[in-house]
Amino acid sequence: MSDLRDLSIADAAEALGKGETSSVELTNACIAAIEANRVLNAFITETPDLARARAKESDARRAKGDAKGPMDGVPIAMKDLFCTEGVRTTAGSHILENFVPTYESTVSANLRDHGAVMLGKANMDELAMGSSNITSYYGPVKSPWTRLGANVDLVPGGSSGGSAAAVSGRLAIAATGTDTGGSIRQPASFTGIVGMKPTYGRCSRWGTVAFASSLDQAGPLTRTVEDAAIMLQAMAGHDPKDSTSLPFDLPDFRAACVPNVKGMKIGIPKEYTLDGMPAAIKTLWEQGVEWLHDMGAETRDVTLPHTKYALPTYYIVAPAEASSNLARYDGVRYGLRVEGDSLDEMYELTRAAGFGAEVQRRVLIGAYVLSAGYYDAYYVKAQKVRSLIFKDFSDAFEDVDVLLTPTAPSAAFALGEKMDDPIAMYLNDVFTVPASLAGLPAISVPAGLDGDGLPLGLQLIAGVCQEQKLFRAASALEAAASFSAKPGGV
Amino acid sequence: MAYLIQGETGDWEVVIGLEVHAQAVTNAKLFSGASTSFGGEPNSQVSLVDAAMPGMLPVLNRKCIEQAVRTGLGLRAKINRRSIFERKNYFYADLPQGYQISQYLHPIVGEGTVTLDMDDGSTRDVGIERLHLEQDAGKSMHDQDPTRSMIDLNRAGVALMEIVSKPDLRSPDEAGAYLRKVRSILRYLGTCDGNMEQGSMRADVNVSVRKKGESGLRTRVEVKNVNSVRFVMQAIEIEAERQVEVWEQGGEVRQETRLYDPNLGETRPMRSKEFAHDYRYFPDPDLLPLDLDEDFIAGIEASLPELPDTKKKRLIEDLGLSAYDAGVIVADRETADYFETAAAGRDAKQVANWLTSNLFGALNKRAVGIPESPVTAENLGALVGLIEDGTISGKLAKDVFEVMLETGKAPAVIVDEKGLQQITDTGAIEAIVDKVIADNPGQADDVRGGNEKAIGWFVGQVMKASQGKANPGQVNALLKQKLLG
Repeated sequence: MSDLRDLSIADAAEALGKGETSSVELTNACIAAIEANRVLNAFITETPDLARARAKESDARRAKGDAKGPMDGVPIAMKDLFCTEGVRTTAGSHILENFVPTYESTVSANLRDHGAVMLGKANMDELAMGSSNITSYYGPVKSPWTRLGANVDLVPGGSSGGSAAAVSGRLAIAATGTDTGGSIRQPASFTGIVGMKPTYGRCSRWGTVAFASSLDQAGPLTRTVEDAAIMLQAMAGHDPKDSTSLPFDLPDFRAACVPNVKGMKIGIPKEYTLDGMPAAIKTLWEQGVEWLHDMGAETRDVTLPHTKYALPTYYIVAPAEASSNLARYDGVRYGLRVEGDSLDEMYELTRAAGFGAEVQRRVLIGAYVLSAGYYDAYYVKAQKVRSLIFKDFSDAFEDVDVLLTPTAPSAAFALGEKMDDPIAMYLNDVFTVPASLAGLPAISVPAGLDGDGLPLGLQLIAGVCQEQKLFRAASALEAAASFSAKPGGV
Repeated sequence: MAYLIQGETGDWEVVIGLEVHAQAVTNAKLFSGASTSFGGEPNSQVSLVDAAMPGMLPVLNRKCIEQAVRTGLGLRAKINRRSIFERKNYFYADLPQGYQISQYLHPIVGEGTVTLDMDDGSTRDVGIERLHLEQDAGKSMHDQDPTRSMIDLNRAGVALMEIVSKPDLRSPDEAGAYLRKVRSILRYLGTCDGNMEQGSMRADVNVSVRKKGESGLRTRVEVKNVNSVRFVMQAIEIEAERQVEVWEQGGEVRQETRLYDPNLGETRPMRSKEFAHDYRYFPDPDLLPLDLDEDFIAGIEASLPELPDTKKKRLIEDLGLSAYDAGVIVADRETADYFETAAAGRDAKQVANWLTSNLFGALNKRAVGIPESPVTAENLGALVGLIEDGTISGKLAKDVFEVMLETGKAPAVIVDEKGLQQITDTGAIEAIVDKVIADNPGQADDVRGGNEKAIGWFVGQVMKASQGKANPGQVNALLKQKLLG
């Protein structure tokens, strides 16, 4: 029944509704796939018993006619950044290796309340810091994809690498991710699936281990645009426990998934290109423009002049917030503690042992840019640039409905590449970071393959709370691209 | 009379600024729903947010904002329509988040004024620099275990209002008067109980000295966490003298944080570990800027009680009290309330007299405060009422008051029980007068013979014969009529 795992959320919901399958059956198929694909290391913690129990409950609800909507009974992977009551939550870090929350994050609780079945906690870059899932304390995730004719392990992207590998490898029908600078969209692009980051504030951050508070947003990783809309509908919504949560009712995202861009204005920001960017990406981008144009959209060039400052701005703002957010991991109340002869020594030993190199690097950068004498030159300036970047977008959205760009400047690279050059690694986020800084909704849609047979995504970005436009354009792009490639072995 | 320190090189002036940390009266903490009550079992009032569990987020408690605005209005200060919460980053075991959420560049309350009432009846205005909201830290307990420190997070996250004065204070007395006045205002407003012993009000004292006549400010030293008015005054005196000595010996006062040790009577530097130097403040990204609308502020303004300065003015101007009495009465909200209740419908000056000359003394002797007074405000008022309507004389009233102190009974009851009503019945008094005249013919002739002063002796005899109950005015009039015709 490997085809069960290949179902979209929408198809699974339909099959469940018609009684063609059960949640238990779907869940068992996924559990079997997870067990057969442990080589991918997509999960830090598997929760098969919990999953079967929830699947059973879902089937029982359905039998009574109380099914809760399209997510009910659908097996999903949960990024290990979301705190889950009674289920170990590590955030990919040694420092939380044995941390079992007594509470459930709002996003995972929303999904649970919509009947979704959690298969386990997906692997991720440590504390969501990374673009390749190599910083996880629990080992790197292997992408289910391989280059044509080559036997080299590839990264799935990151930080939601386990989620992306699980969804593209058909270990789960969908997965949650979080996106701070591209952590949903870049891995989606690397693994040939859809990854969506909503407007900042759509999804509550309550109970999600914080990386950079002003940027962190949860979102879905799915295999279709419609699935992303269905799942976002279940995850998002106002939460009084998060002061930055948007106090608005959600529109009907799924209804917006109409592959019709007639009359829509699509902006092409000329700044979204990079020296040495593979030709295949440039070609695919041009192809994307043509597709939308052919479907009746008006395409036009726009300029976002401050784009080139986005990456450095991001790598000031995000580490600054992270350095403070991670101060709570001090060995005093929970998580790893390495005893020392004094309080300060305990801090030092605990944090030296508990955090990996990339996390330590960002904590140091963050503390540095906030320190006396440097605060104005770095943090304050970065905040100013951030508002200019937001203004770039606002100006552009005066004229166009959505923007079309590549998602990432490359296809997936091999495990071991770019490992010793953090700057090269940071460049992965160059096209995703601007929308993060501006808090805008953006989606990566799988649009083609490069010469090595690896998937490439195109990104659509919309204005604040314009998810409906985003889903509409993304549905059209999806239809035009009709991406159907799957990783080998699926 | 300026407070000056006589050094070897001349006179030195002391410059003082105070930072008062006042715990806001609220049921829940600044950013969590946990209880703020005092004295709970350790760690029994700690929410997930207070313990800084992963993924927890602060949500601002509206009541704390109200209390801060209320306090700001009471300090006659500018209420800032937009304020911003920032993170003050430092590591300490009783600071679970690794940062304190505070306000830094944009506090909720700006400049204001506090008027001090000095002992000589004069007043003096002291500038308020700002008031900001911040979280309290937990408590480290070092005496529970031989090798480890224990942490109690009950207080972690409780809302503090930090009230920062301008460096306008010039003597320990002024600093004491300032603290008492701020505490009085907070209590009137009901925004802080001002209980320094329980730590709900603490002060950091900034002290510097300069040569008399010098205009600039020299390096200041912060004496942290002083927990009584007396200690604040002592700490200033001792620290100022230390600084004078340092300067005069050719040294340089270092900008540092010190602790006051009341047992040793000295200040000493805090260990550097107890005091981080770079707090890396930045706006807390978990919280939006706090925007206050005019209606919110107007609503609080409309609900403010009459504050001590206004009340004092009213007691002087409308009720005719002396500035001193009025100052004493309004200093404490409980005293003021007591007075107002007692004085309702009575001779206010007489009530004030009874309160400041008789009741205060009696309570002091018993070492109790107004709330524990055996004489209720209603009963004190009633006592003055009995004097006013002539039921008892002022002299008898003192005896009644003593009984009131001992028994707590109402004065009318005591007067009844002891039969102390003043005799105002002319017939009854006349009978006594006649008897006294008849019993003392010699003295009567003396008066009739022109020694009018001797009439005083007769008054005394009549009062004695009536056990003090006869109305002295009537007695006097009757004697004059009978002896002098």
